[in-house]
Amino acid sequence: MIPEIGNFALIVGLFLAFTLGVLPIVGAARNNAVLMGVARPLAAGQFVFLGIALGCLTYAFVANDFSVLYVAQHSNSQLPTVYRVSAVWGGHEGSLLLWAFLLSVWTLAVAMYSKHLPEEMVARVLGVMGLIAVGFLLFMLMTSNPFDRLLPAAADGRDLNPLLQDPGLVIHPPMLYMGYVGFSVAFAFAIAALLGGRMDATWARWSRPWTTVAWVFMTMGIALGSWWAYYELGWGGWWFWDPVENASFMPWLLGTALIHSLAVTEKRNAFKSWTVLLAIAAFSLSLLGTFLVRSGVLTSVHSFAADPKRGIFILTFLVIVIGVSLLLFAWRAPKIGLGGKFDPLSRESLLLSNNVLLSVAAASVFIGTLYPLFMDALGQGKLSVGPPYFEAVFVPLMIPMVLMMGLGPLARWKKVDAPELAKRVSWAFGAALLIALLLPLTMGKWSVMVSLGLLLAFWIIASVTLSLRERLAGRDDFMQRLRGQSLSYYGMQLAHLGVAVFIIGVTLVKGYETERDVRMDVGDVLNTGGYEFRFNGVTEEQGPNYVAGKGHVTISKDGKVVTELYPEKRQYNVSGMPMTEAAIDAGLLGDLYVSLGEPIPDSDGAWAVRVYIKPFVDWIWAGCLLMSLGGVLAISDRRYRIHNKRSAEAKTEMPLEEKTA
Amino acid sequence: MKAREKRFLFIAVGVVAVGLAVALVLNALDKNVSLYFTPTQVFNNEAPHGRSFRIGGLVEEGSVKREADGLTVNFAITDTHKRIPVVYKGILPDLFKEGKGVVAQGSVGPDGVMQADEVLAKHDENYMPPEAADALQKAGVANAAAASAVSEPAAASAVK
Repeated sequence: MIPEIGNFALIVGLFLAFTLGVLPIVGAARNNAVLMGVARPLAAGQFVFLGIALGCLTYAFVANDFSVLYVAQHSNSQLPTVYRVSAVWGGHEGSLLLWAFLLSVWTLAVAMYSKHLPEEMVARVLGVMGLIAVGFLLFMLMTSNPFDRLLPAAADGRDLNPLLQDPGLVIHPPMLYMGYVGFSVAFAFAIAALLGGRMDATWARWSRPWTTVAWVFMTMGIALGSWWAYYELGWGGWWFWDPVENASFMPWLLGTALIHSLAVTEKRNAFKSWTVLLAIAAFSLSLLGTFLVRSGVLTSVHSFAADPKRGIFILTFLVIVIGVSLLLFAWRAPKIGLGGKFDPLSRESLLLSNNVLLSVAAASVFIGTLYPLFMDALGQGKLSVGPPYFEAVFVPLMIPMVLMMGLGPLARWKKVDAPELAKRVSWAFGAALLIALLLPLTMGKWSVMVSLGLLLAFWIIASVTLSLRERLAGRDDFMQRLRGQSLSYYGMQLAHLGVAVFIIGVTLVKGYETERDVRMDVGDVLNTGGYEFRFNGVTEEQGPNYVAGKGHVTISKDGKVVTELYPEKRQYNVSGMPMTEAAIDAGLLGDLYVSLGEPIPDSDGAWAVRVYIKPFVDWIWAGCLLMSLGGVLAISDRRYRIHNKRSAEAKTEMPLEEKTA
Repeated sequence: MKAREKRFLFIAVGVVAVGLAVALVLNALDKNVSLYFTPTQVFNNEAPHGRSFRIGGLVEEGSVKREADGLTVNFAITDTHKRIPVVYKGILPDLFKEGKGVVAQGSVGPDGVMQADEVLAKHDENYMPPEAADALQKAGVANAAAASAVSEPAAASAVK
């Protein structure tokens, strides 16, 4: 009964989304206030019904209703309850439902926090989001309905993939999806601007916070995924350039470009067409990402069953979305115009170069990810593009980008006096260079790559310091100056510092990590990286739905015990799948990482063991966290809230000139 | 600077930048693409010598042997038609199992043994790497052709 209610709610949701996608847009075109007015109630209705659908599916999981095919495929009565809930998005159908539900959350949020926007803008934005929901709900109902029954019901379920039975995976997909789906708001704003033929600094101010929120979610989602891969896959890497990772990384790169381009549109009324194009591209890549991952075209842990019907639907949907928005762009973009003029050397041009580099980076990831698919489709044989490709392309692209990232916030809008800027930054660059050259010496081994990475990181830190000093130093009250800067300025600097922290993490872990795969008998001691790893053997232990071999490793340094680690090798009862659970001693300066390989046959309890030392690896995720916090600070800026209060006057043009941020 | 000169500068910088990016991508692709071959193709000497490539297929039943150091593993990848022996030193993925799909990357020496530097098995018990599935299909055709008792339509359906 409950699944039928869910199914019915989905159908009602589709109906509401369709109405939302048609009436308000028609109303905006005809200037009909009644038709435009239905947008908000419809958005609320859509949210309620998709919420009911998601609730019904969750209930089916928690109540172990194995007469629902999707539940039978992805759950089991032995599965702990928290994982039964996260199993809702553990497969293709459920993750689509989550996607659609989150879209309705964003739609509702836009409906609620848009009181200060002109009615026709709200109508168009909500309408476009409704149309996207139609696509998703149709896809779900036609090809991948999570409520399909299994008759007769299964006695028990096939269990959730053990890899997904992890706290990290409970939050990673919803976070990432919030990001993916969030770009639909930026997209809807861009399409609304094209439809209305009006786009100015006010428009940028409206869509900017939405884009930043989506970007924050996406950053956190990707970071969580990377962290999960690090501790759960058991081989200590944090990024594999796996097609699925790339699928989320491409929209992130374009989203990052979009945030910066929107800043220029807001402050200088420039880059207008480019901003619209980026918004379209970022969302298209989000769609492509979701579909590539979920359709099974790309093979990895994330991809589920491949069904040709789904592939065709997906392709059609993508072609419609991308095709229609690009057509609209070609038709209406000339009306929007290019925007303000600037010099070849100015903050605008630096931001433009940053945009170009980010887009090229996204394009190179795109090529590397899809090249094997194209070659296969063209009958050129199967091949694979490995991580070395991405590293070879990515690193050279990021070097100039990071160098400009330091300059950007220091440069003036419109025109930069090059010698003056050079004089201002000279000591900052000198200090960064000095630290980058000397610091590796204290870590034991000097190498070009480590120095280069540190140079980039400390260049950012030095330029942020310089900018803060220029803004805060002065004769008058320091506290007043401190408060005088906008939150979005602090947000930007914090996010940039996050990039620096991230680069330090990547550089040091790449430069100084130790990875040893060894055979260890009970009582064996391995000396590596200044630590002593003593293997005390493996004992059997019973988990809720698995049996584990639990290893015991004592790590000491200079004769003193540092920590005891208990890596596990699990065998899940239902699926019979083995799983490696690494044991990690995390610290500010680095992690000690031990995972069990396999028992060695014909031996007395010996195992193949992985022993890794990963210096500064946690800085990678700390950097992502700082970037996200920077985004949160930026959207807390006063100027976004002021408009909410002054809803009546907000319809008039806001003054362009404000302090640069 | 005049407006026209400025525009020219922007375009020139843009063209040079895009050119550099394309060169970078092509160069990296050229060096880092690894082709994939079936065991039958490798057996027939169709795979390049001295260059790393991938083989896909099944881990042959009963072929997995570990050396005394506990880390070096010998096994064979088969497409049910031909088999290629593989040596790998390191810890195998969790789902590496006899009779299951596998992909190995490395180069084949003159002795016909692949020195693998990477062995991949996928994350799902029932999942077959597409390369492995492809190899089995092709070998299925070859086997069918060898045993000419099989009628033509059956072989044709095996291609699909």
